[in-house]
Amino acid sequence: MAKWLNKMQHTITEINNPNYVTDSLMIKFTLNQQAQAVEAEADMPLLWALRDILHMTGTKYGCGKGLCGACTVHLDGAPIRSCLTPLSVVAGKSITTIEGLSEDGSHPVQEAWKDINVPQCGYCQPGQMMSAAALLAYNAMPSDEDIDGAMSGNICRCGTYPRIKEAIKKAAKAGQEKTA
Amino acid sequence: MSKHSIQEISQLNRRQFLQATGIAGSGLLLGAPLAQAAPKAVPMDLISGADSSAEDFLRLNLFVELALDGTVRIVCHRSEMGQGIRTGLPQVLADEMGADWNKVQVIQGQANKEYGSQNTDGSRSVRNFYLPMRKMGAAAREMLRQAAAKKWGVSVDRISVDKHQLSDGKRSASFAELASLAAQEALPNLDKLKLKAKKDFNYIGKPVSGVDMPEFIQGKATFGVDVQLPDMVHASIERSPVMGGKLISVDDKEALAVAGVLAVEKIQGKPLPAAFNALEGVAVIASNTWAAQQGRKKLKLQWDLGANKTHGSKEYDQILAASHEKDEGSLHLYEQGDVKAAFAKAAHLVEGNYHVPYLAHASMEPPAASAIYKDGRCEVWACTQTPQSAQRQVAASLGINPEQVTVHVTYLGGGFGRKSKPDFVAEAALLAKQLGKPVKVTWSREDDIRHDYLHAVCDTQLKASVDKGGNITAWQGSAAFPSIGSTFGPADSMAGWELDQGFHDFPFDVPNVALKRRKINAHMRIGWLRSVINIPMAFANGSLMGELAAAANMDAKEFWLKSLGPDRNIKPRVDSYSNYGNKIEQYPYETARAKAVIERVCKNAKWDAPREKGVGFGLAYHYSFLAHVAVVAKVAWDGNTPKLLALYSVIDAGQVVNPDRVKSQMEGAMIFGTSIAMYSEITTLNGQVEQGNFDGYRLTRMNESPDIHTEIVEADDAPRGVGEPGVPPVAPAIVNALANAGGPRIRKLPIANHLTV
Repeated sequence: MAKWLNKMQHTITEINNPNYVTDSLMIKFTLNQQAQAVEAEADMPLLWALRDILHMTGTKYGCGKGLCGACTVHLDGAPIRSCLTPLSVVAGKSITTIEGLSEDGSHPVQEAWKDINVPQCGYCQPGQMMSAAALLAYNAMPSDEDIDGAMSGNICRCGTYPRIKEAIKKAAKAGQEKTA
Repeated sequence: MSKHSIQEISQLNRRQFLQATGIAGSGLLLGAPLAQAAPKAVPMDLISGADSSAEDFLRLNLFVELALDGTVRIVCHRSEMGQGIRTGLPQVLADEMGADWNKVQVIQGQANKEYGSQNTDGSRSVRNFYLPMRKMGAAAREMLRQAAAKKWGVSVDRISVDKHQLSDGKRSASFAELASLAAQEALPNLDKLKLKAKKDFNYIGKPVSGVDMPEFIQGKATFGVDVQLPDMVHASIERSPVMGGKLISVDDKEALAVAGVLAVEKIQGKPLPAAFNALEGVAVIASNTWAAQQGRKKLKLQWDLGANKTHGSKEYDQILAASHEKDEGSLHLYEQGDVKAAFAKAAHLVEGNYHVPYLAHASMEPPAASAIYKDGRCEVWACTQTPQSAQRQVAASLGINPEQVTVHVTYLGGGFGRKSKPDFVAEAALLAKQLGKPVKVTWSREDDIRHDYLHAVCDTQLKASVDKGGNITAWQGSAAFPSIGSTFGPADSMAGWELDQGFHDFPFDVPNVALKRRKINAHMRIGWLRSVINIPMAFANGSLMGELAAAANMDAKEFWLKSLGPDRNIKPRVDSYSNYGNKIEQYPYETARAKAVIERVCKNAKWDAPREKGVGFGLAYHYSFLAHVAVVAKVAWDGNTPKLLALYSVIDAGQVVNPDRVKSQMEGAMIFGTSIAMYSEITTLNGQVEQGNFDGYRLTRMNESPDIHTEIVEADDAPRGVGEPGVPPVAPAIVNALANAGGPRIRKLPIANHLTV
């Protein structure tokens, strides 16, 4: 099994273990830098709260099992699969979705995605960009291997991988030039 | 353009047009105030982010609106699923119109037969609408020129148009200034329009950036799963696990007790054939998708699974393979010369069964549709490749007329042929009627994989002989696969056109040929998947070519080039040859172009350069959807594990509209083809699909994705297919490369069943 998948499985186990309260309650967290409260079952995955309750549909459903990465968002800056992350885990934490990555599509990853015309159908791309942004946040100049490691959990059926890789390198370079 | 000529359909006045299509304004036929109050009731027709103040727009023809501020709105009547059609066709129209691309908005056409075919598959959007779009653009341009000529009192011949400006050499005016006057001009005769010369193209043939990119990168694009309607409820449906199964009993007590669950509704199935009908099932309705899915787990259902419950792919594979030996039930297709005599004299003889398993589409966005039903009218929003089929199916399912059904097309999160089967749209419509509420049906990944219209499992037996001089002397083929015809007729029906996809139209210069097709009973819903029967046929033909070259101890490239014979146009071997729906006189199948793409791809891959030990090269060429594609695969061994290092491809698709999107389609095709070659397989047991998600149904991931090199041949003739032709040659190129690298000859896909990959 690939390294990234082991890592993912580990996260899944952690999430599944705690004794969550399953009653409907008000769960508070920070969403795209704003205070947010959601009344929902505590075991409802964040994905469905975002999509069906908050009507923020930028985060996509792809598999429901942490296998495809379409639902990737940031929890306190780390990439997580929102389809597997119950609201109870999110309480008190800070969540960033594609809608909050930047106000106007100006995040270096978004700019690079646009410059290189990465998307085909576009569906998996919010998840891809969230994974890429998280990668660059802790590894400003990732190698090809680093990129494979961070991105192989995100499936793209259209096959945009070569452009995703190119875009990540471009965004990294842009970030480097900014800080230089 | 179906039975309507462009001339007829263009003469709809704006009012008629709006009534017919509902494109302007909210586009909502019923309950408009209700819908406008929705959290995200953006009319889908404006998915590119255009505002809805359509009253300022003047319609010049069916596809073009011009605003008083000069903004040009162009209708895209085909579905966007990643191929870039919302950029490509408007790019053609805008160029011919003389518009400035920066002042163009693209709006999405609803289901409307006035557009002609909207069925977005078969790699034919550009092929079939390149010329009509140019005419629509030219017609709009002529109306502007006429207006300018009248305004300035000069001959129309003196008016030139470029980038939203008209000029007579002395004066100039913008589209905005002339909009009102132009809208009063009569539509010119479309058959007498002068089209631009290639040298004057501003956008055709240029890598224009996708119109939807800004929405895509901000997560603002509305896909089928994203549609929100006021008071909407969410459905998750448990369908018959076996094709044709019927419900015996439903116990929904526990399901109804799940928090958020509102109702449980039965969906009545129809007798087989499956066609596009909704499958028999039980829908759990809830206030959100999650609750619906949780409630569904608590359903207690009893099924009469019917006759297909014994279908297992293991046994079925044997049935397919054994069928080649029988003569009964076979359809003799073609015989030429004396195959047996040629085999008897062969210097080299190769025989193999080449097997491609059932495949699922697995678009990243699962099927999803939303619907409102009220007073005998239905309005749906769906990620459909074929809005008109969706319209007809919804009408048939509800017992109303197609005119009473409005179909809004959303973005498609991938399609690959799955979303041209509107069964899921019918489900939403049926539930909306039964519930009297707006409803969204979202398929889970498991639903998608288990209830797909599968790509047919196919066993192709090929045998061929080569003489001492390296010439193919005889070619014998037998194909066994359940037909797409079975989805629309009896289980053993055969769609004749399937064999026009590489089985009998192979391009090799062979004097003796014998081809047969076997009649096979289908037990699953069989559908078309990107490239369709070209996938197994290219795999069989391309693998055999690799084996023959090796047997004759010839370089594979030299063998392919030699086997293509003298430069000529391939003549169909059957009278009924479908040629992908286009005239063969307009789209000849030229072996010179086949050879050219082979030469080019080998040059790019450095085929003739000295090779490192343990590195293998494999070549395959295939002609499909009227385009020529050659692929070279490069593999190396990492211990016992083969590593796919690179895929090189060259496509000749005639005139190309947007080279960047063609390139991206080819890149994607390489990865789609890699999934087929290496990883993907659907198996069945007890009539049911055994896989359910991306753990069991493997697709290529980034770390498994090879380096990709693409080249597009510059050509001036009519546009050919692009979306699909890249896929078929990938798998044979990869297995040929594996064998070339000293690995086993793999005849049964996927490679993952034979080697650790």
